[in-house]
Amino acid sequence: MSDIFASPRGIVVGALFIILICTLVWAIIYGRRLAKNEVTDLVFGNPMKAMGGWHWVISGVATVLLLWLYFSWDAARAFFPNAANELCQVAKVDSALIPMRSAFPFEERLLRGTTLLTRDATQLQILRKQVEGDRFTDEQKAQTLPLVDRLVDLQAGLASPDNFAPETSAALEDIAKRIDAATARLDAAELSEEELAAVASAKETQASWGQEKPEVPDDPVTERGAIFTAVAPELEAISSDFTKVRNTSPQFLAEVESLNADIKILSDNDSSLKDFGKQLNKMLKRIDDGAVFPPGALDSVEQSLTKLHETSLEKQGSLKLIDAIAMPGGNILAGNTACSEQGSGRWLPKPSDTIATFAKMADPSIGFKNIPLLSIKQKPLAEMVGFVVPDWIADLVPGSYPRHKADGTVGENLKSKVLNVATGNFASWSVPIPTGHIWDSIMRVVTGLFFGILFGVPLGLLMGLSRLAKGFFDPLIELYRPVPPLAWAPLILTIFGIQDDGKIFLLFMVAFAIMVISARTGATGTQLSKIHASHSLGASRWQILRNVILPNSLPEILTGIRISIGVCWGTLVAAEMLAGTTGVGFVENVARKQSDYEIIWITIIILGLLGLLFDVIMRWIIDKTIPWRGKG
Amino acid sequence: MSDLIASHVDMTFTMPSGEQVHALQDVSFTLKEGELLSVLGPSGCGKTTLLNLIAGFLRPTGGNITLNNNEIDGPGVERGMVFQQGALFEWLTVAENVDFGLRMKKSPKAENKRKVEEWLDIVGLQGFGDTPTYQLSGGMQQRVALARCLINDPDVILMDEPLGALDALTREKMQSLVLKIWKETGKTIMIITHSVEEALLLGERLFVMAPRPGRLHKEYNLPFAEWGLQQDLREVKKHDEFGRVREEILGMIWNMEEEIMGKSA
Repeated sequence: MSDIFASPRGIVVGALFIILICTLVWAIIYGRRLAKNEVTDLVFGNPMKAMGGWHWVISGVATVLLLWLYFSWDAARAFFPNAANELCQVAKVDSALIPMRSAFPFEERLLRGTTLLTRDATQLQILRKQVEGDRFTDEQKAQTLPLVDRLVDLQAGLASPDNFAPETSAALEDIAKRIDAATARLDAAELSEEELAAVASAKETQASWGQEKPEVPDDPVTERGAIFTAVAPELEAISSDFTKVRNTSPQFLAEVESLNADIKILSDNDSSLKDFGKQLNKMLKRIDDGAVFPPGALDSVEQSLTKLHETSLEKQGSLKLIDAIAMPGGNILAGNTACSEQGSGRWLPKPSDTIATFAKMADPSIGFKNIPLLSIKQKPLAEMVGFVVPDWIADLVPGSYPRHKADGTVGENLKSKVLNVATGNFASWSVPIPTGHIWDSIMRVVTGLFFGILFGVPLGLLMGLSRLAKGFFDPLIELYRPVPPLAWAPLILTIFGIQDDGKIFLLFMVAFAIMVISARTGATGTQLSKIHASHSLGASRWQILRNVILPNSLPEILTGIRISIGVCWGTLVAAEMLAGTTGVGFVENVARKQSDYEIIWITIIILGLLGLLFDVIMRWIIDKTIPWRGKG
Repeated sequence: MSDLIASHVDMTFTMPSGEQVHALQDVSFTLKEGELLSVLGPSGCGKTTLLNLIAGFLRPTGGNITLNNNEIDGPGVERGMVFQQGALFEWLTVAENVDFGLRMKKSPKAENKRKVEEWLDIVGLQGFGDTPTYQLSGGMQQRVALARCLINDPDVILMDEPLGALDALTREKMQSLVLKIWKETGKTIMIITHSVEEALLLGERLFVMAPRPGRLHKEYNLPFAEWGLQQDLREVKKHDEFGRVREEILGMIWNMEEEIMGKSA
């Protein structure tokens, strides 16, 4: 541990580590002191101060944890430069043992044989009930019931020591002995000359932790690691042999053969029993697997494995602790091939790497799938004119479109020139327009919301004022509103296609219903005396709507917008995951398919920050526009 | 002839349950231009219904009400209203509230501004033009409501318990203000109130109404409003005559309340 202070990085990390611990201790002590005053402050004054204690404890601990998460890998690298390499060797042993250990109640609750036996017995019970039911004729019952009974006997027979073949028993004993031998080797920790030489050469030639990709060097550089590497191949072979051991005695195989033939005869004779025959066959194949052993048959292997595990833990020593504290988030052995800091099984990627990936993606020339996250693009004005002006305007111009001439050229007339403008096919300036995944997502929400407000607020006010309008539109809206927006998504995205319009329409539907309801609540909540007063002041119906009911409904409308933004944002991300080629939700979905935890975390953070931004903006707008709220 | 004339006004409400409630029965009176009328009565006697009928928010089920010989068939600018809680538009400033009626008529802005300042001056709110109304006290809010109503130059001002929600001191000041405005503008004013003292002070004429069905029970012609213009309102209240009428009316209302209680028991 002393060698870490040799490098400047080690000193920096060491200092940070000490500061972090001091911060943690300080946050807890300071918080406790505040918490102690809580009762006094609650009674004699400052309630805000009284809340301070727990606030400090929580925020202090959270900050320290986040900082630790950020620096933990670098700290581990600085303090224990060989830890990752050694863990990588341990992981090789662990992954070799997985097929064998999964048969025993180590990570599971039940022995695999027990689980299989229970499952198959239940299935056979269901089959028997089926036979005894009304669907079978008496003749069919007479044919099928004996078969079911034979299957039950066959299955139960697996657990019986009487049917246990001596060869199988010998094979299991052999496997237990081989495991014991590997355990003894691990315990003795003696390496051969060649293995020692390999360690020395790996130390010399292999890049150290973090210099190359994958970050963690694969070959052992310490004797502690090398002994794990040495036993790993043998354990892999034992595992493979163990999975081949089946509880299949000759009489068992003969009965399987005979049942197979009888089921075939049953299906062939009576075509209405074909489906049932298939079910019996499936059942037979499950039992045929022979993965159930008599009680006690596997005890020796289990004991050997337990001993091996204990020895392994003992040999790992402090490694386990370093792994848990400094390298949180999953196994170091990624994809069973290489040791990496970014394993696909690592749900908690290294924050520093995540931020580096984010920085890389934020570069507009890289982006994600050749589309930047957020950037500015020069876009010709003509494109926007073409988008806004409908093409059919050209059809209204008198005359007909020009046709090509004999020399292959096409002349122009007024009609074709108008068409060029309407389709945006003309030279123009370019204007800078934001672009990218983030911008696309924001624009979809804003557009959907805009139309939702544009149509929803007037309709909501109308419904609040006119019982006729309420009676007409309320059932229509209640017809689609109770359906969760995402349940509409497949339909709407199929009708409109995967482009923007489908998503915008979906968001419009979401925002529209919320805006109608909030505007209606606002309108019906207008005090009668205010409407009477404005009548007496000479206002017309329209003026009352515009000058009294609308401003009076503003608090509800703005709250509606705030809720709409949140719901739209959530719906959008899911809609983008369903279909589309851009947007933050699309990025997250692609990352999910590739199990790229870093990008998944990046999109989560982007989505969270944008959601927060929207809400902060809305709060600011609400504070500025309706300061009278709650004071009228 | 800008008189307010009610002849044989009848008002019956039909409840959602189908039950008929007779709110007013055969109410007839004439209010001459420039008269100050206060209406008093136990709760449920139809005071507010009568006011709403005159304002045009309700139509009588029998009889009719005319102002300047025109039958009232809806709300109108010539009948200004002042409500108990002010019913101000809290999203507007004081000045915007006051010139609301003028803006609805689309009258010239410069003239509006002059009028607003004039009226804010009269009700004692100079310099408060740009203040949001939700920052004002209850008394100040009622002053705004008064100015908002008066700026439209209505023929009749209808007040529905305008000072009911104010504290005693503010209330007395506002009573003086109402008398002052009545004197200076010469408007016809009708005040609904549940306070006997207020009804005596703010009534050249006073109607006492009786409940079930609501009807005019007794009419008084009183000198106290005139007195109140010359001397302090507290001096008026100390007067023997004031005390006598007050006790008489209080006794009358008590009897009515007891009669109702007896009926329902």
